[in-house]
Amino acid sequence: MCYNGRTVDIKDVLTRKRGTILKRWFDLILETYPADVAIFLRNEQDRFTNPVGHVLTEGTALLYDGLIHDVDPEKILSALDGIIRIRAVQDSLPSQAVGFIFLLKKAVREELEKAFTGDALLTTLSQLESRIEMMSLLAFDVYTRCREEVYNIRSGEIRMERDMAMRLLKAMKQQDKE
Amino acid sequence: MAEEKLKKPEEMFEVSLTPGTGDWMEPSAGFRKGTYCYGAPLKHQKYLDLPNQREWQPSNEDWKLPPDWKETILEGMERLIKRHRSFRLFLDICVRCGACADKCHFFIGSGDPKNMPVLRAELLRSVYRRYFTPEGRLFGKYAGARDLTEDVLKEWFYYFFQCTECRRCSVYCPYGIDTCEITMMGRELLNLVGCNIQWVVEPASNCFRTGNHLGVPPHAFQETLGFALDELKDLTGIAIEAPINRKGAEILFVAPSADYFANPHWFTFLGYLMLFHEIGLDYTWSTYASEGGNFGLFHSMELAKRLNAKIYAEAKRLKVKWVLGGECGHMWRTLHQYMDTFNGPADFLEEPRSPVTGTRFENAQSTKMVHITEFTADLLYHNKLRLDKSRNDQWKITFHDSCNPARGMGLLEEPRYIIRQTCNHFYEMPENTIRERTFCCGSGAGLGADENIEMRLRGGLPRANAVKYVKERHGVNMLACICAIDKAALPPLLEYWVPDVGVCGVHELLGNALVMEGERERTTNLRGEPLAAGDGEGDVR
Ligand code: SF4
Ligand code: SF4
Ligand code: SF4
Repeated sequence: MCYNGRTVDIKDVLTRKRGTILKRWFDLILETYPADVAIFLRNEQDRFTNPVGHVLTEGTALLYDGLIHDVDPEKILSALDGIIRIRAVQDSLPSQAVGFIFLLKKAVREELEKAFTGDALLTTLSQLESRIEMMSLLAFDVYTRCREEVYNIRSGEIRMERDMAMRLLKAMKQQDKE
Repeated sequence: MAEEKLKKPEEMFEVSLTPGTGDWMEPSAGFRKGTYCYGAPLKHQKYLDLPNQREWQPSNEDWKLPPDWKETILEGMERLIKRHRSFRLFLDICVRCGACADKCHFFIGSGDPKNMPVLRAELLRSVYRRYFTPEGRLFGKYAGARDLTEDVLKEWFYYFFQCTECRRCSVYCPYGIDTCEITMMGRELLNLVGCNIQWVVEPASNCFRTGNHLGVPPHAFQETLGFALDELKDLTGIAIEAPINRKGAEILFVAPSADYFANPHWFTFLGYLMLFHEIGLDYTWSTYASEGGNFGLFHSMELAKRLNAKIYAEAKRLKVKWVLGGECGHMWRTLHQYMDTFNGPADFLEEPRSPVTGTRFENAQSTKMVHITEFTADLLYHNKLRLDKSRNDQWKITFHDSCNPARGMGLLEEPRYIIRQTCNHFYEMPENTIRERTFCCGSGAGLGADENIEMRLRGGLPRANAVKYVKERHGVNMLACICAIDKAALPPLLEYWVPDVGVCGVHELLGNALVMEGERERTTNLRGEPLAAGDGEGDVR
């Protein structure tokens, strides 16, 4: 791709701008939290005190790299799972739970607009955005799976309670017989 | 109730990702399914003779509060302030330094600022300021004071039933402010106008009626004990006896009722029975004091006291010398911190002394009640038990300090000592997630209801996250604990956050390893799973 007489490769730009874009993406995600929570998520470095911040930092980095390089799809899935598993029980809407992926679009677009213009910008963006969209489709799958797990866990608990009641009934009947 | 609606794609991005404006003074309680517990059923409200009896749900618009609810709450507050000096102190001295802010597992897991302990307390403190301090009366909002409104009351309910009373925050507060106690007081106040949850009121009412939370009547208790003895006969070939209501026994043993009815508690129950048989303990179970746990504690001091009274009453009736208690969290909180003043002094009992080792449990001089891990650790320390550690070799174990025994009574080493003596593979979770700094399971203090699953999963995230770490690092596949609620709450939690890690009690591990006099060769563990061919190599950290 040509820009200002220089050949600019999109991968190059994304690799060079990795730190900036990742930071911007992270900030945009933090903006979806109340201000004091965002401060905590950003500043607390201990991964056990701040598991959500830790998973976000690691997960977003992996997903970003997945945009540029051929990363093992399993890894992409597991990074998505890490983040979405949390958001699936934190947020009330599916859109909130997976919305963080769309924020990557915004972060990337802001940077690419600085590197490309006109048609070049459009083509690079559309290339990238279709990859991000693929990712968001996967994200919806992960979200659905997590929600299913939550329901299964809940119905499992109800089943356990019922089994316990049955055992109690059995014990009571047994005694009545004796 | 705010129901979830799917938005159009274009709305999705713009609208829903931004948080609310977030002024904490504005009361807000989003009773969304999965994040709150159901209200107490009328039947059980009646049974316990609770105030303002009616059918109600937190998600209802109208909570059917009594006309004078506000006066009732404010009078109640005044009473509590007078009665509990600590309460007034906690309301007055917080300097909002924020040291506790990020220490609550519900804050960490939910990202909801009102789950910061300081703000949780502020929900109540703001009302206290408004009605009980001159500056609050004068300057209102500007002095951080809020009027008591129905919305404020709903918010109290929402957030005081999002606190497991685990006291983690208090460990970090330079003034020792215990938000757990604020929650307890908040719940007391809510009770005055009939706002409590099913998962607290129903077990408490069962306990009142039958002697235990699960509502197991005496004959069913006897039957279930019989099942356990049959199971042990099949496993070990030994006919074990377990006396019930036996007058003149030396020791009364009291366990949480979940131990003899729930899973995986059952295997801990088997462990107790094996141990007592092996050392020839002169003891008895009781069908009257058939519950060590005390859901009254999550309701009000009064109810906690009423339920707790059974233990001493039964000890007196059976003429035992002292009381031994099983693996349970809040049960020990009640016994350790309140029993003496609730229903003591137990001057008809003797200072507990191990009949096997002669050790005197001076720490229990006053309550006359010993924790089973203290008792067993002492036996092990004096080499009174024969053990085959390799029978636990299929497990790589880590230990979850249940908050109440750990923070509430300082029981940190005894369970670890037992695990080290009975297992070859033991790995600790990171330092800032265990012992006094342990993370709660997220389901304590009555919050373990299935309808509250999402909130529990949020609250349990920090605990599970540390388990995940040792799983990835050392291949840990078993989480041991000494709390009945934990044994019920951790399996679903781990299923979601860290699949393939099981949950067990410490006395299950002991039961597996215990070599009993005259036993047949064991081919399975207490769960009926084949024993792993051990490599004999220990790895205890
Ligand atoms: S007692 Fe536990 S649950 Fe309650 S506010 Fe403190 S840390 Fe949170
Ligand atoms: S640590 Fe103590 S003094 Fe500081 S904000 Fe929390 S409760 Fe208040
Ligand atoms: S249930 Fe267990 S971990 Fe949770 S508060 Fe109670 S003792 Fe602590």
